[in-house]
Amino acid sequence: MLSVNNLQVSVGDKPILKGLSLDVPAGEVHAVMGPNGAGKSTLSYTLAGRDGYEVTGGTATLNGEDLLSLAPEERAARGVFLSFQYPLEIPGVPALTFIRTAVNAQLKARGEAEMAAPAFLKLAKLKAGELKIDFEMLKRPLNVGFSGGEKKRMEILQMAMLQPKLLILDETDSGLDIDALKIVSEGVNAMRGPDRAMLVITHYQRLLDYIKPDRVHVLAAGRIVASGGPELALQLEAEGYEKYEKAAA
Amino acid sequence: MSLASALKTGDVTELPSRRDEDWRWTDLRALIRVLPPVSPVFEGALGAGPFDGLADGVLAVVNGRGDTRFELAAGLTRTVALRFVAAASETAHAARLSIEVGEGARLVLLESYEGQGAGYVVEADIDIRLAKGASLERIVLAADAADAVSISQAEVTLSPGASLAQTVLTTGAKRQRLETRVAHPGAHASVRLDGVYLVAGQRHADITTVVTHGGVDGTTSQLIKGVVSDQGRGVFQGRIVVEEGADQTDARMGHHALLLSDRAEVDAKPELLIFADDVSCAHGNTVGSLDDDALFYARQRGIPELAAKAMLTEAFIGEVIDRIGHEGARDVARAWAAGRLGVG
Repeated sequence: MLSVNNLQVSVGDKPILKGLSLDVPAGEVHAVMGPNGAGKSTLSYTLAGRDGYEVTGGTATLNGEDLLSLAPEERAARGVFLSFQYPLEIPGVPALTFIRTAVNAQLKARGEAEMAAPAFLKLAKLKAGELKIDFEMLKRPLNVGFSGGEKKRMEILQMAMLQPKLLILDETDSGLDIDALKIVSEGVNAMRGPDRAMLVITHYQRLLDYIKPDRVHVLAAGRIVASGGPELALQLEAEGYEKYEKAAA
Repeated sequence: MSLASALKTGDVTELPSRRDEDWRWTDLRALIRVLPPVSPVFEGALGAGPFDGLADGVLAVVNGRGDTRFELAAGLTRTVALRFVAAASETAHAARLSIEVGEGARLVLLESYEGQGAGYVVEADIDIRLAKGASLERIVLAADAADAVSISQAEVTLSPGASLAQTVLTTGAKRQRLETRVAHPGAHASVRLDGVYLVAGQRHADITTVVTHGGVDGTTSQLIKGVVSDQGRGVFQGRIVVEEGADQTDARMGHHALLLSDRAEVDAKPELLIFADDVSCAHGNTVGSLDDDALFYARQRGIPELAAKAMLTEAFIGEVIDRIGHEGARDVARAWAAGRLGVG
């Protein structure tokens, strides 16, 4: 599904990713763990196509198609979804309006029929209920004045409505208490499936107690320096990143 | 010094120029070297105005001629469309109209400036008086031609307990100014003076307001938002004067503008002149660009760049439009904004 090969990315003039390679097959959940400053956010923003992340070498493909030459909205329409560490507040745009605009824009980009209002509302009600989101909240401007947990649930709701192929969760556990973490994790786990790949980017092992990865990669100094099964996350939690940082430096 | 007096006397030195402090950003003297000939009498059918379907009656001033006065008797409630139509090209005219709203009467005035010609030079002066406890909601939709010069000046005099709620919507002209001056008696009278300017191309829109609080217990609330693209220019001059003794005045002014291109310009002069001791006054003024983070977020969800910009921009000015009280006019305003911003 996602194939990243020798990816090199600079921000400003500073190289951040220095030859990162990673394959996430369909149906699998991979965690990328690493210390602060290793390039975790750079990886997620580069895959999503944010301005200011300059690719200086390497490739990233989704089902064989080059991602890096596409605009962010084109990547989204092909199934890339980045769940933001800090979801943005969108003043003046009700959550429902925002989500419906996004859903229909993606359908249109893929040449599919847009969703009529009644069908959309019905689906939104169902998915919001599953995430314990009060439907009234969806009439308010997206994320404006929402708590950290509410914002993350809004991300999961958008995921559930957009049904992406590749989910990138960027530090999804940050700012969540344990109850919110459970709800969010259940939402993510419900998205697992044979046609979907997930990349869970996190500093702490805690999230991986709830979203169990098939593979764990250690990102240090812009490269994947170790890969293994779920036990690698536990080992990192116990030993820290120090030895990888030293080795990478 | 005014365009109207210059048109009357034929003397271009009567035109306001940058030497007049209040006109420094909307200089007419340097722009108009020769006054165009007087607009002809309009003959023919006018067609529908933007608010016709919403009004109980229509007042029309075409090429400077038409209705000159309207009076709403005490206690009555009416919705009236007021149309200023410039139907000729390369000509000039000025018009004057007075409106009286009787005690306790409620008037919704749906005012439109309709540029059907090109290159015209026009002024409309409106004198509005509200008796005790009267209310006026005035919605102004200014759709002038890109190469026109258009000035509108309204003088509003409020009595105790009266209320004025105004929303001005404009796309500008070659040079355009929409000015409102309010004599505010305090005495539980209230004023809302809102506006939106959406200026593109090489257009120029100037929203100027002056509110003078002359007595105790008055409120004024103002929210002006602008979006300027290309080489457009937006001007906001807002002055709130609180005279000596006008205690317990509550006045709030906000002006916020988005610049969508490097060559767009906004000139703003918010002024609070306070000569009373016990008042609550505040103003905020910001000029910036669209939030890149919000834009990326919307695009990441699949909303194409142009649509995302339009959505965020529409939301930005939506706050002003939401304050319009008259439901039908609010819908017209929303559709107007959506059309100008390329939404839907």
